[in-house]
Amino acid sequence: MSDVAAPPVVIEAQGLNLTFTTNDGPVHALKDINLSIHKGEFVSFIGPSGCGKTTFLRTIADLEQPTGGTLSVNGMSASAARKARAYGYVFQAAGLYPWRTIEGNVRLPLEIMGFSKADQAERAKRVLELVELSGFEKKFPWQLSGGMQQRASIARALAFDADILLMDEPFGALDEIVRDRLNEELLKLWARTQKTIGFVTHSIPEAVYLSTKIVVMSPRPGRITDIIDSPLPKERPLEIRDSPEFIAIAHRVREGLRAGYDQHEGV
Amino acid sequence: MKSRSFPVLTVVAALLALWYIAVIPMNAQWEYDQASRAGRDLPFGEMVANTMAQERPVLPAPHQVVAELWRSTVVEEATGRRGLWRSGSLSNRSLVYHGLITLSATMLGFVIGTGGGILLAIGIVYNKAMDTSVMPWAIASQTIPIIALAPMIIVVLNSVGISGLVPKAIIAAYLSFFPVVVGMVKGLRAPDAMQLDLMKTYSASGNDVFAKLRLPTSMPYLFASLKVGIAAALVGTIVGELPVQEGGLGVRLLSGSYYGQTIQIWAALFAAAILAAGLVGIVALIERRVLKRMGMAQ
Repeated sequence: MSDVAAPPVVIEAQGLNLTFTTNDGPVHALKDINLSIHKGEFVSFIGPSGCGKTTFLRTIADLEQPTGGTLSVNGMSASAARKARAYGYVFQAAGLYPWRTIEGNVRLPLEIMGFSKADQAERAKRVLELVELSGFEKKFPWQLSGGMQQRASIARALAFDADILLMDEPFGALDEIVRDRLNEELLKLWARTQKTIGFVTHSIPEAVYLSTKIVVMSPRPGRITDIIDSPLPKERPLEIRDSPEFIAIAHRVREGLRAGYDQHEGV
Repeated sequence: MKSRSFPVLTVVAALLALWYIAVIPMNAQWEYDQASRAGRDLPFGEMVANTMAQERPVLPAPHQVVAELWRSTVVEEATGRRGLWRSGSLSNRSLVYHGLITLSATMLGFVIGTGGGILLAIGIVYNKAMDTSVMPWAIASQTIPIIALAPMIIVVLNSVGISGLVPKAIIAAYLSFFPVVVGMVKGLRAPDAMQLDLMKTYSASGNDVFAKLRLPTSMPYLFASLKVGIAAALVGTIVGELPVQEGGLGVRLLSGSYYGQTIQIWAALFAAAILAAGLVGIVALIERRVLKRMGMAQ
């Protein structure tokens, strides 16, 4: 791809550092993170627990403050981007409000952001269609399965049309079968909405299946060990996971994870 | 329904049986004294029957209490000289009259206590200084015996010209605000870090976080507190009525003990218990309605 055709950079981290001070001394959660995420990319962050993948996502979302380096989101600081409501965030748990219906939950950000009543209804209808939850508007969260709840929380993150979608192990608590389906749907959704997606996972197949770019991270200190640009086509049926290309990328991710691990253990 | 009422009725029956059995030894001495004074023998059967029908028993039998409750409510109002039927106003000898006096002070105290408790809880949750300064005082306030504090409150308020309903209500509020504070502080802090982070990603205002997250989350805690609070308000009112002597179930309790009218004491006691159960029941009913509407009761 030539430089002219490359889509603009949406998220850029340069020499990003984050150190938590704990009772047991400082914890180096992120060390010298350099990463550019272009518009429309699907970027997965993968690594063992403690590698900083969630911390990095939260830093992009301005939920954690870096202690060094620079980070820009949509050309602004992370804090300005958050205030400009630049992203939708999906947590590991669906976190729907039990006292709101599914539609009420999707309307929550819209109410806070001051959309008109008519606009709220129209948007709620549209995003619930997008995640295939039409007909469940009036149900309460406890009446839905875990997978459906997570879809509702994705709808909630999509409702206000932020260009960036940040997802922190959104399917981590779901079983494999539901997870496969949601992965497929997420790809379709991504193709339709053209959003830039940051996706934290600890599943190699999930990362390889979904991403255009895979960021492999390793712990203590949390750092990037490999960045893989996926050669897989945009159109990805589930069967692609048996293809040699897929297996080759999965292998490289596994090697990256192991390298980080060995390096750490070898000291 | 049947499966639920059966165990309850069994316990009630067992308690009544225990009560009846206890009546015999508690009241027997008086019967034996009477018999020996009259110089005659008292057969066991007659003694037992007599203990159930004394005018001023040490421990009245359940049916005596029920009869007194009936007499001092329905019979008094329907046939008494000062009753509702003859005079057009409630008799000051009826438990309905005294119960209403207690109820009005209880409700006023409950409203003040709940309102104050919620405001204090909001202050404690949102203000670090209040968190560290107010909570210990709220806890300390509940360690002072209300029976010692009540007369002082009445006297102090009376000296600034406040008397009647308000001082009693303030004593009721003094007891009922505490469970509300504790429950609401817990409830308003109940949202977990993830839910607060979610609000932050919307860059929601403080008011939105309060109205759309903290307040709804606190509802189950609030209702649990209200049930304790309304019962505490009733206790506070009754204690407040003792020094005031302007009617109320507390006055009935005290005058019953002055004149050795044990049956009257027990009837007033049960009237208070019935009132408390009714109030707690109403709060529970509202709780079910509200939480069901909110989709939080399944």
